[in-house]
Amino acid sequence: MIELAVNARGVGKTFPTKDGDVVALTEVELTVEAGEFVSLIGPSGCGKSTLLRLIADLDPASTGTLEIFGKPASQARVDQDYGIAFQQAGLLPWRTVAGNIALPLELHGMAKPARAARVAELAELVGLTEFVDRYPDQLSGGMQQRVAIARALAEQPRLLLMDEPFGALDEMTREYLQGELTRIAAETGAAVVFVTHSIPEAVFLSDRVVVMSPRPGRITEILSTGLDDIRDEALRESPEYFERVTAVREALHGIPVERANER
Amino acid sequence: MTRQRAGIAWGALGVLAVMALWELYKALGPAEGFVVGAIAGKTGSGVMLLPRTNDRAMPHIWDMVARLFQSTSGGDTPPLIVPVVTACLTTLGIVAVGWLIGVTVGLLLGLVMQRWRLAEWGLLPWIVVSQTVPLIAFAPILASIGSQVDRAGSIPWPQWLSVAIIASYLAFFPVAVGVLRGLEAPDRIHLDLMRTYAAGYWQTLLSLRLPAAVPHLLPALRLAAASAVVGAVVAEVSIGMRGGIGRMLIQLAGQGSSDPAAPWGPTFGSIALGLVAAGTVALIGFGLRNYRRGEATS
Repeated sequence: MIELAVNARGVGKTFPTKDGDVVALTEVELTVEAGEFVSLIGPSGCGKSTLLRLIADLDPASTGTLEIFGKPASQARVDQDYGIAFQQAGLLPWRTVAGNIALPLELHGMAKPARAARVAELAELVGLTEFVDRYPDQLSGGMQQRVAIARALAEQPRLLLMDEPFGALDEMTREYLQGELTRIAAETGAAVVFVTHSIPEAVFLSDRVVVMSPRPGRITEILSTGLDDIRDEALRESPEYFERVTAVREALHGIPVERANER
Repeated sequence: MTRQRAGIAWGALGVLAVMALWELYKALGPAEGFVVGAIAGKTGSGVMLLPRTNDRAMPHIWDMVARLFQSTSGGDTPPLIVPVVTACLTTLGIVAVGWLIGVTVGLLLGLVMQRWRLAEWGLLPWIVVSQTVPLIAFAPILASIGSQVDRAGSIPWPQWLSVAIIASYLAFFPVAVGVLRGLEAPDRIHLDLMRTYAAGYWQTLLSLRLPAAVPHLLPALRLAAASAVVGAVVAEVSIGMRGGIGRMLIQLAGQGSSDPAAPWGPTFGSIALGLVAAGTVALIGFGLRNYRRGEATS
């Protein structure tokens, strides 16, 4: 049996507010296999970020069971089974690039020489070897985000959680980092759960695209992209890529694409 | 660097402006002031609208400076600047102790209030109220408690300790509030990140909350230093401790009518004291400059 990175069964999340409960997420059935790249896509309020936070155990699920590598989400968090990156790089401004990448290693008591070696390795992986002594305010947004990815990978997690990590970047940087991410994911063999609101991004990166819809947040469709492992610039111009983009777009709107501009 | 130089230039300009204003008013203002509603033959009656500008009330700035280098009280006594500097150093030492006590207490209060919301609700109002108690009122009380403890013999409690504690009473307030604000300063995303690392309270405190608090802490430390100076000077006066600049201010002010330039010596001394105190904190800020970096968003 293949071990599942994520196994969500009937997962729901309600937030109590003054005007009664708000259902952010309901009846989520989702599995992510080890090494699989899965994107969550949908309009604002569809609960995609909420689902990611549940997987990360940043918020508890209200209903259902959620297992990460066969463990409860809270245990997986304590065991450092996943690495996470957010839309903002979230680097500590008083630490250098090396210091930021080393943060999780430091907190978990890795000895200094081993830490330095691991940081050098990670800096190499994200192409920032020359910048390890810089401070975050001396880096571009794209570079900051690469540091955040290196930090997320520091503990060699088998699962990478990413919440619109390229959302705040310009298109050029974004496409470049998408390419980098597929390479890194392949090299590390980690499963990735990737939240985005960009259809082309989801298709380019993923093995499967999970389409979600709001009020209440739920999964409406799960599409396999069926694209092979090589994700390069040629893919962005291939007919099957456009075909998948169209398919995801139709799934998102729940109607043929001719009426897409009405949304 | 140029900004720093501009800062120095503006500072110097400010001092010069005050000096120019002083001399200008002294040159143009009425020698005996301007009084309305005075009853003839009755001294001190009426309301003074403009202060006197004669040499007794407003000595020339150069006289004040020259007085610093003339003998303190005639004869062989050393120039005034010597006892002024000695008194300033005495007070500076007390200020330093008071500042340290105040910062320690403020830091602990801030930590406790951040850790337990209930403690914040319980403590913060009292901390605010504490600052409304006039120093002059409770300084003698503290001094008498101190002297009784000292006389009991087991714990030595010199007078300067009372002064330092009173200084710390003013100093702890900005630190407590600044630490509380600073510890709450980390972004949501950073707190989330620490949670994903399964970091406990102490790890989060040391790696995130305290470093993130530095930009809030530095102004609080500076304010605490200024407050400690004020507190120490006021406490020296109200307790009547000898040897410090506070006592000297009062003493020379008493002789003001016969030696009008003399009280300005300790006045300048206490200004210098405040500047040294604030400058020391600025040095701390320089040492912590990496914690004041902002993360660029672009």
